[in-house]
Amino acid sequence: MKDSANLSYMIDVRGLNKRFGDKHVVRDLSLQVQRGEILGFLGPNGSGKTTSIRMLCGLLTPDSGSGSCLGYDILKQSDQIKRNVGYMTQKFSYWDDLTIRENLDFVARLYEMPDRKRAVDEALEGLRLTSRAQQLTGTLSGGWKQRLALAACMLHKPRLLLLDEPTAGVDPAARRDFWEELHELAAQGITVLVSTHYMDEAERCHKLAYISYGALLAQGTAAEVIESQGLSTWAIHGDADRLVELSRQLRGQPGVDLTVAFGSALHVSGRDGAALERTLRAVTQGQALRLEAERTGLEHVFIFLMRGSADNFADTLGAGR
Amino acid sequence: MSRNGFSVVRWWSIVLKEFLQLRRDRVTFAMIILIPLLELALFGFAINTDPKHMPTAIIAADQSEFTRSYVAALRNSDYFTIVGELPDEEAGRAALAQGQVQFVVDIPVDFTRRLLRGERPALLVEADASDPTATGLALAAVQQFAQSVADKDLIGPLAALAGGQPAFDVQVHRLYNPEGITQYNVVPGLMGVILTMTMVMMTGLAITREHERGTMENLLATPVRPLEVISGKIIPYIAIGLVQATIILVASRYVFNVPFAGSVAAVYLSALLFIAANLTVGITLSSLAQNQLQGVQLTFFYFLPNILLSGFMFPFQGMPGWARAIGSALPLTYFNRLIRGILLKGNGWADLWPSVWPLILFTVVVMTVAVKCYRRTLD
Repeated sequence: MKDSANLSYMIDVRGLNKRFGDKHVVRDLSLQVQRGEILGFLGPNGSGKTTSIRMLCGLLTPDSGSGSCLGYDILKQSDQIKRNVGYMTQKFSYWDDLTIRENLDFVARLYEMPDRKRAVDEALEGLRLTSRAQQLTGTLSGGWKQRLALAACMLHKPRLLLLDEPTAGVDPAARRDFWEELHELAAQGITVLVSTHYMDEAERCHKLAYISYGALLAQGTAAEVIESQGLSTWAIHGDADRLVELSRQLRGQPGVDLTVAFGSALHVSGRDGAALERTLRAVTQGQALRLEAERTGLEHVFIFLMRGSADNFADTLGAGR
Repeated sequence: MSRNGFSVVRWWSIVLKEFLQLRRDRVTFAMIILIPLLELALFGFAINTDPKHMPTAIIAADQSEFTRSYVAALRNSDYFTIVGELPDEEAGRAALAQGQVQFVVDIPVDFTRRLLRGERPALLVEADASDPTATGLALAAVQQFAQSVADKDLIGPLAALAGGQPAFDVQVHRLYNPEGITQYNVVPGLMGVILTMTMVMMTGLAITREHERGTMENLLATPVRPLEVISGKIIPYIAIGLVQATIILVASRYVFNVPFAGSVAAVYLSALLFIAANLTVGITLSSLAQNQLQGVQLTFFYFLPNILLSGFMFPFQGMPGWARAIGSALPLTYFNRLIRGILLKGNGWADLWPSVWPLILFTVVVMTVAVKCYRRTLD
């Protein structure tokens, strides 16, 4: 079926499930990622992103489901997967009591790299940390630690990068540099799966996958994800106090699924475009408010998805709405 | 209360928080209950500074009413448990060297005949005196039995023999530590105790630390294999253990003048084996513990029976059967026998083997458990 020399998908998993005790953390996850693609993995805290990534790189065994990473079976060939995947943990997980060089050297040895010294030197140069190579890693700032972690998980030239919230707590300039580096890597044919909470980062990904309460709710390019939810969105401009009141008033009205206050405008989205428009026209009629149709943004879609799945989750628990 | 002074509300919030955290830490909680129970059981039941029921072998070259009566007197006293008869003196020495018996009572060939002739023959009691506390009181008792046996059995026409001095002599040979110097026993034993403490504790933290600092996830994501991690983590501590062993050996020799009756090479080989046994225990505890504090607690839990039931502090043979059974599962018991056997008794390999194979077995079994317990995934 699959030509291993020229894989169509670097990640190809189907129906992955994982339970911890009675918590169903990942439900029927199916994911396909092509070579050189950056897949943004999105979802609220505790939605199963980390668990999914850990299953992909062999750190957790799925309860059911099957699939492959780089053509290797995720259940049987985790050794080969580990050899070819770079995994960056959510929490910094290099050794604080080793120097920067010692950490890189240790990693290079674990992967049995032939030209270890050169690889470490190159990595240090790439990080512009050569002069600080003897510094203890624990004394680095958060941004530098994150860069070191990326360099370390890239050291063995993996073909697939699994990055778990790599930019959490990193300043905007460093984040921008980081994403430029990711795009360079992708251009070289390295596949990247990156989880994030940041909308601007989501927009920089080639494809997106949105997971909530362990279930994959949307997958595709940003435009496809937005399209898939069929939301119409309107912006209401006006006096700030009035908008807060309006937001409260609109909740539960026909056609209104989501209200988001953003800057000086209230953004209202709904699946039933016609009903939404009727409601909004009625509410704003004769008031000092300006109503304007707008493009539905990723953020609206994500908040909409998050709320929806929270309700579904509550339903499955029998709590009802 | 006062905003600047001691606030009871604030103080109580700290108290409550500590209790809440303590309650969540199951291992600590278990230790709070188990350690007093363990100590009570060990000190209350197992430990006996006036050790009784010491295993004793008889070499009965002569059998008569008198010798039977004497052996019966030994048996009736609490001090001796007759474990069997041995054919000759050589077998007796071997049994003492290997620590199978604490005493050998040697009844010479013409004991009864010479007794009846009034020649005051001698019974020979050989004692493994490497641990002076194990033999002291028992040896005092053997002399008294001579008198009481004489009083009881030498009646009628033989009564004349009973008067004045005892009709026979009991000669006591304190082997291995004739002067009864406590240091000779304690200092070599200390090597095992120190190695147990440092080896188990250091490795006990080795894997737990990786888990606690989050670096384990990183390690698990690399191709490194369990055996590579475990054996790799052990090696540096073997070196540390050998340094410690050397310090104690030098101090034993030059500060405490402990005799070095056997070979130093045998000491180091035994130490190496013992270090390996302890490191596997440490690594196993490390895989079980959730955090470093638990690692330390488990180490302590392991350390207690080792120090009390291994024959280091109290005579092994003087403990009740259940305590000896637990002691027989602990590597320190065998190491104590090995090191004392080599230094004090000058034991060779034939005498050491009975204590060597249990150490090897222990290491292999625990290492298997360690590799099985090592979690390859984060499941």
